[in-house]
Amino acid sequence: MSANSVYLAYLVAAVLFILTLKGLSSPVSSRRGNMFGMTGMAIAVLTTLSLTHNVGLILLAIAVGGTIGAIVARRIEMTAMPELVAAMHSLVGLAAVLVAMAAFNNPVAYGIALAGESLHSSNRIELFIGTFVGAITFTGSIIAFGKLSGKLSGKPLRFAGQHWLNLLLGIAMLGFGIAFFLSPSWTPFLIMTAIALALGVLLIMPIGGADMPVVVSMLNSYSGWAAAGIGFTLNNNMLIIAGSLVGSSGAILSYIMCKAMNRAFFNVILGGFGGEASAEAAGDGVQKTYRSGSADDAAFLMGNADSVIIVPGYGLAVARAQHAINEMSKVLTEKGVKVRYAIHPVAGRMPGHMNVLLAEAEVPYEQVVEMDEINNEFADTDVVLVIGANDVVNPAAKNDKSSPIYGMPILDVYKARTVLVVKRSMATGYAGLDNDLFYMDKTMMVFGDAKKVVEDIIKAIA
Amino acid sequence: MTGAVDPFVMNLTVFVLAIFIGYHVVWNVTPALHTPLMAVTNAVSGIIIVGAMLAAKPQEMDVGTILGLIAVALAAINVFGGFLVTQRMLAMFKKKGK
Repeated sequence: MSANSVYLAYLVAAVLFILTLKGLSSPVSSRRGNMFGMTGMAIAVLTTLSLTHNVGLILLAIAVGGTIGAIVARRIEMTAMPELVAAMHSLVGLAAVLVAMAAFNNPVAYGIALAGESLHSSNRIELFIGTFVGAITFTGSIIAFGKLSGKLSGKPLRFAGQHWLNLLLGIAMLGFGIAFFLSPSWTPFLIMTAIALALGVLLIMPIGGADMPVVVSMLNSYSGWAAAGIGFTLNNNMLIIAGSLVGSSGAILSYIMCKAMNRAFFNVILGGFGGEASAEAAGDGVQKTYRSGSADDAAFLMGNADSVIIVPGYGLAVARAQHAINEMSKVLTEKGVKVRYAIHPVAGRMPGHMNVLLAEAEVPYEQVVEMDEINNEFADTDVVLVIGANDVVNPAAKNDKSSPIYGMPILDVYKARTVLVVKRSMATGYAGLDNDLFYMDKTMMVFGDAKKVVEDIIKAIA
Repeated sequence: MTGAVDPFVMNLTVFVLAIFIGYHVVWNVTPALHTPLMAVTNAVSGIIIVGAMLAAKPQEMDVGTILGLIAVALAAINVFGGFLVTQRMLAMFKKKGK
């Protein structure tokens, strides 16, 4: 294949990738979009295959990786999506580092250096950037994977002088990068890579479990930039375009998540939040009273309501109550009650996670409404059922300036006529805060396991 | 204007324009599909497989080609895993009764 036809094929693939992302603007067009993506990838791979000599070995490597990927995609539970995504980011990071090493090992084969000469100077900078972004993505994602899957503690790990150490390592990495630029050899390249690998660990370790949605989005972005960086090194437009699409997508998701938690991006990156069960959480010492009721009481209230909004949090998924809650809404809908779900952007453990969990339980997506669209309707709603959520319905975010979550956008559940809260106990949420919603006169607490309570409610209504 | 344009400048042009397209397209993604968006971008970032295949290209085997082959396998996990899990998720977002 001539270089021109290769680049034209890459152009077709790039357009297909853009259509893939465009398709995700609605569930209906999204499936066709995914097919476009697969087609684009197939075009890119087959085109590149025609340029290589080791076709057999490459196909074997694709078969091995593809089989693993297909098995994982089939078996993974939807609750484990954040871990899967983090693990996949780490693979892209590692692949980027390996490709960079191969490129440095034999630049002539890539056409980025003439025979007998070393790497072109601008390619050295690009190689450096691609490698360190890839290396940070690799180890950072492994730590994120560990935290999300519970193999590592979700608590932020902090020690004195942490930021100084990171800064020092960053400067050292840059120093070896400059040394590599001045005289390209393996020693500065490998030291620089090793420092970047260590930085990936150190940067993600201090970030708490509550901030993981931001971290996963951020690493998503990095994995794209790593691919784009390698594209610069190899003068390959395909890598640059696809990498930039992924990079900007991850950056936007990080921004949306930060906004939903009212957190400045830099504070998240510097870490520490989410995990310190703060001492003040114990409250002001005044014993507050709350009202509690049974599943039967909850069933009676919801069965006689005109409209019910369900506010699911991650606790719902932990209790595996998604299917039960869908059964409950079906029973209520049959009784003529208007049922909808209100989703806070950080309801799950990654952007859009709760929507997928509800979709898996066959909740019709028309019933699932985003925060901005439904917030005006709480005031006209008879009953709100909060299940497995806490901080995202805490009115302190609106009216208590001293609260750590002050300013965070919340679901305005407190405006509804009656509020039902299903919880295991009065324990605090991720942020370790008390929630005034639970002590309001119109609130009734229903204690117990989410799944059990919902099943009892179904029995009582039917 | 004289002389050929440096490849870096051409790369930068493509890079900046691609970021613009990505920015505008991704803001139009409905929040309900943010998790599938992440899964599919995982698959798309598997495009590093193109770089990996080029690394594995030379006929004579050396360290570089072996690293390239490993990278091909890693990226293939992303490509297949990413697209298939996205497909699985999107199938859940079907309208009832269809």
